[in-house]
Amino acid sequence: MSTEQEQVQVEDYKYGFHFPDESVFKTERGLNEAVIHAISDHKNEPEWMREFRLESLRTFRAKPMPNWGGDLSGIDFENICYYAKPSEKQYDSWDDVPAAIKETYDRLGIPEAERKYLAGVGAQYDSEMVYHNIQQELKDKGVIFTDPETAVREHPDLVRKFFGTVIPYSDNKFAALNSAVWSGGSFVYIPPGVHVDVPLQAYFRINSQNFGQFERTLIIADEGSFVHYVEGCTAPVFATDSLHSAVVEIIALEGARVRYSTIQNWSSDVYNLVTKRGVAYKDATVEWVDGNLGSKRTMKYPAVWLMGEGAHGEILSIAFGGKGQEQDTGGKCVHCASNTSSVITSKSISKDGGIASYRGQIKVEPGLTNVRSHVECDALILDPESKSNTYPYMDIMSDDVSIEHEARVSKISEEQLFYLTSRGMDEEEASTMIVNGFLDPLVKQLPMEYAVELNRLIELEMEGSVG
Amino acid sequence: MKLEIRDLRAQIDDTPILKGIDLTMESGQLHALMGPNGSGKSTLSNVIFGHPSYEVTGGEILVDGQNILELETHERARLGLFMAFQYPVEIPGVTVGRFLKRAAEIRFGEEDFKASAFIKELRSWLDFMDMDQNFINRYLNEGFSGGEKKRMEVLQMLMLKPSFAVMDETDSGLDIDALRIVANGLNELRGPDFGGMVITHYQRILDYIKPDFVHIMYKGTIVTSGGRELVEALEERGYDWIRKQHGIEEEENEKEIVHEH
Repeated sequence: MSTEQEQVQVEDYKYGFHFPDESVFKTERGLNEAVIHAISDHKNEPEWMREFRLESLRTFRAKPMPNWGGDLSGIDFENICYYAKPSEKQYDSWDDVPAAIKETYDRLGIPEAERKYLAGVGAQYDSEMVYHNIQQELKDKGVIFTDPETAVREHPDLVRKFFGTVIPYSDNKFAALNSAVWSGGSFVYIPPGVHVDVPLQAYFRINSQNFGQFERTLIIADEGSFVHYVEGCTAPVFATDSLHSAVVEIIALEGARVRYSTIQNWSSDVYNLVTKRGVAYKDATVEWVDGNLGSKRTMKYPAVWLMGEGAHGEILSIAFGGKGQEQDTGGKCVHCASNTSSVITSKSISKDGGIASYRGQIKVEPGLTNVRSHVECDALILDPESKSNTYPYMDIMSDDVSIEHEARVSKISEEQLFYLTSRGMDEEEASTMIVNGFLDPLVKQLPMEYAVELNRLIELEMEGSVG
Repeated sequence: MKLEIRDLRAQIDDTPILKGIDLTMESGQLHALMGPNGSGKSTLSNVIFGHPSYEVTGGEILVDGQNILELETHERARLGLFMAFQYPVEIPGVTVGRFLKRAAEIRFGEEDFKASAFIKELRSWLDFMDMDQNFINRYLNEGFSGGEKKRMEVLQMLMLKPSFAVMDETDSGLDIDALRIVANGLNELRGPDFGGMVITHYQRILDYIKPDFVHIMYKGTIVTSGGRELVEALEERGYDWIRKQHGIEEEENEKEIVHEH
């Protein structure tokens, strides 16, 4: 095998396995009212949701494409299939899940994870939940963990009260798109005072070529409750462009705490354009841990709106921009009440000509006192071809405010590599160790199995990167 | 292990530093390499390990007859060579425990690696080096004092048990207690299966480690070699004596040559 071929091999997407597409229902490519009706019919939705979708579609058409961030000109909205349903029913137990789907999950390590850690699995195969399991204990506590379709049917009052309130369909073009064609995702409700001790997890996976993924997640943490929701993504390789455009809404009512962790590793043809926002009321906390690997372009800025006194927002962003990739990520905190605090920490790595940009905003509304915010951005650039950008925006309209911003850009030094290689590690392993070390302070905050997975993904990304 | 350096020449940025070094060192022997600042001592150790900034322009380095100049740095390490760095770099986010575990796996083989035995040994060497146990979880060299970095180098050497170690000014910047601890570490390793070269321009560490051979380096060559008596002669007469003996003119920037007494 020639060196050039080997290089191609190494750059292949490492989780690029996929199985025959067994979707039982699919809409035509392209987006129009008929597609919306088909989705709504298929889901047996109430009229209000159908109207919501149609209104969202009108808004989507009216809104211009964002003229900032990454280049999105490669998206062909008419060449995307907006809805595919893989199988007829949901499964309550692992044994009932069809073999091909199971094999996909097996390769993602789902069953082991489930056995060890999961409180309930909401695993998404294409756009519908096929496997869903909540431990009895959670049910007894009154926790609702289901897909949003079921929630629309079974908990219409909760859904109507909160759905689209944090991220209205008019928020941005891609939020409008998601609102029009959303399918799958998670719905979580934690009753007052309930602490969910184990992370709730869902695994998403695109498995149908040219099929956009538009999942919708809504998490409501009632007063004094706590939940850690963990979402991971890994998608197979496709030849043409794919679009992932999710919406995640979090509502943390008084004294509640919600932590949302994601590690996404989309294949290198996916446009990953996600709107994530949480609101934290009095003494509530919303935390985002957001890791982005893979994809062609990612634009994602998890946000926290601090609505009540004592609210706290925290965003940890990890981005890895490899060959042909642009990660435009960061965070946004909007202080709407006195005595609120926020922390944004960003760590980015760029290599092989990749671009990793931090884009963040701190906004403080007028007339507030004792507002604190700390923003820290660290970038590691692995070679001269790669780039790191920082776009910090500050919009401060009160005086009694303490804002700190630190930004650092570093490179792997020859001396670090020499030191580690002199201890017997080859250059690739040494670089990987340095990169993992760079991320370590953030990785430590992930649940164990996700920390292990992230380290493994970084190792895969680093393979063949040296020499 | 037999390490033979033959007519080794090396340069950095087109400036020749090593101008024909000949040295033969074997397991069971401890060599001291002395010389004033700028004589090329550190360059020699870097070239032995293949530092990318240095270009070898002639000669060879043989390990048991194999020319290692063609080998990558990590391949040289895997032969059993170890370098204690003069200025160990910080590796943020990588704990001492994790780093040393990996280095030990490579050195002794992953199949035979036992985590429990490793951690037990690491703990006992930390005690031996008079270092706190929490170093295991600290990031490698980050925020370490100069003395702690030097001890960490010796600790690694004790854990990895190289066949041949080069210690590049491991004694500099240490107080007398730390110096004794570092010397004790090296003495622990001495035996028929271990060889070493201690680079220093102070005599005092040699009081503790008693080298078998002493070499004086000056302007890129070994100007004289001998036994321990050479240290005493140097201590009495200073580098001037070497210079005169070899008819070398003193240069302005070498006046600060350190003579401890």
